[in-house]
Amino acid sequence: MSFVTVDNIFQSYGNRPIIERVNTTIDEGEFISIVGASGCGKSTFLRLLLAQETPTRGEIRIDGKPPAKEPGLDRGVVFQRYSVFPHMTVRENVVAGECFRRPWGRFFGTERKAALGRADETLARIGLDHVADQYPATLSGGMQQRLAIGQALAAKPRVLLLDEPFGALDPGTRLSMHDFLTELRAETGMTVFMVTHDLEEGFKLGDRVLVFDKPRWDPTDPNAYGATITYDFDARDGGIPFQKIKEETNVLQPA
Amino acid sequence: MRLINQKPGVAFAAFLTALPFALALIAYAIGSDIRLSANPSDKLLPAPSTILSTAERLLTEPDKRSEQILFWKDTWASLVRLLLGVGISAFLGTVVGLLIGLLPHVRSTLAGFVAVLSMIPPLALLPILFIVFGLGELSKVVLIIIGILPFLIRDLSSRVLEIPREMIVKAETLGATSWVIAIRVALPQLMPRLIQAVRLSLGPAWLFLIAAEAIAADQGLGYRIFLVRRYLAMDVILTYVIWITALAFVMDWGLRVLSRKAFPWTESTL
Repeated sequence: MSFVTVDNIFQSYGNRPIIERVNTTIDEGEFISIVGASGCGKSTFLRLLLAQETPTRGEIRIDGKPPAKEPGLDRGVVFQRYSVFPHMTVRENVVAGECFRRPWGRFFGTERKAALGRADETLARIGLDHVADQYPATLSGGMQQRLAIGQALAAKPRVLLLDEPFGALDPGTRLSMHDFLTELRAETGMTVFMVTHDLEEGFKLGDRVLVFDKPRWDPTDPNAYGATITYDFDARDGGIPFQKIKEETNVLQPA
Repeated sequence: MRLINQKPGVAFAAFLTALPFALALIAYAIGSDIRLSANPSDKLLPAPSTILSTAERLLTEPDKRSEQILFWKDTWASLVRLLLGVGISAFLGTVVGLLIGLLPHVRSTLAGFVAVLSMIPPLALLPILFIVFGLGELSKVVLIIIGILPFLIRDLSSRVLEIPREMIVKAETLGATSWVIAIRVALPQLMPRLIQAVRLSLGPAWLFLIAAEAIAADQGLGYRIFLVRRYLAMDVILTYVIWITALAFVMDWGLRVLSRKAFPWTESTL
């Protein structure tokens, strides 16, 4: 049973089609990497998944529910930048993941104490407990992104959307963030969509890699057609799925 | 070495800071001396010593008729008007700025209107204010509000619009309502800018206050200056001008310190 259903999505800005005829289904717990050249609608597709934009045609359903009109609790997001709140300490940022849904956007009394305790546990798990009282501006880029992921997960979303989350990080930090994300995924088993420019990263982390590209190209009017999913790779086992299928089907198995 | 890379040392920087003040004082003293030596009863440029003794008299001796020290009475009256005007403007500016910045419907309704309102010269409205609100305190406070509120609204609403869309969307994905986004995301990030904007609008606020007091008042710093102008009492005028400058400077400095103390998170970003 598919968890996320993308049904014949078209999105145009004015007369300019950005993506067209996008169809796919995603199972719960899958990690989907989305790659493609610049301007090929990867980020547009993510915004559609996030329900930040409404598609001109087609619909996206999560768990069979009617298409969302605006971003909500079921979709968590981490952008490349601006994903944490600069005016809150690191600990408050994590608590915000739980308390923003309240009428006043905060917890009071014992509930607040309990939330602070949970936040400290989260911070210890993502390795930020030593900077709990600092403001995000004093943190390095990798720490800020880790905080952003921790904050998004504190809200317990059904789907986590990552828009080039490691794009601004140096290669070493990026590798440790990969490990961090892999661990978190093993713990939570969450469905993740990640837009990335880095093919290697996409294949390393993803179960599937969706490639966005323009299948039709008008040389006199490059903007005439939109992009769609042109390849849908199975990226498990380092992106070599057929070898495994062969081994399972054509090799004699002991009875 | 390029001029842009030449920096003064600590002591020399302090000297350079003090230099224009010293030069202005010396120039005044010389000018005053030249005029007074030509005509000892000249009133235009009183000697610095005369200003000092006048200031001492104004600050300590009560008025013969009212038994009150007019200087402090004037200061109090003016400060109440100024703080009321600026405070009400800051409050309204924050609320309307948030509404315009966050809600597209309010933005479509009010943004153009405020932009046109801010072009009206407030002093041109002063006669209307006196007619509508009378000659009492209200018309003076309203003049300050009309003078600085449009600027505050435009400045604060544009700051709300500058908050990255990503941050708003992030708050939405955490389940925040428009109200929670306003009070937990937009408002706290607006506060440093509010203080900045209030600092900038203190100058115009003083201008409108003194203009209103000059035309119709029975007390206040601006009223006193324009009253003693009739007697060419430059020593009194200069004392009041120095006092107003000092008050404005202290307010500005206080707001700057408050901004730094109250919003430590802006330190490394702004």
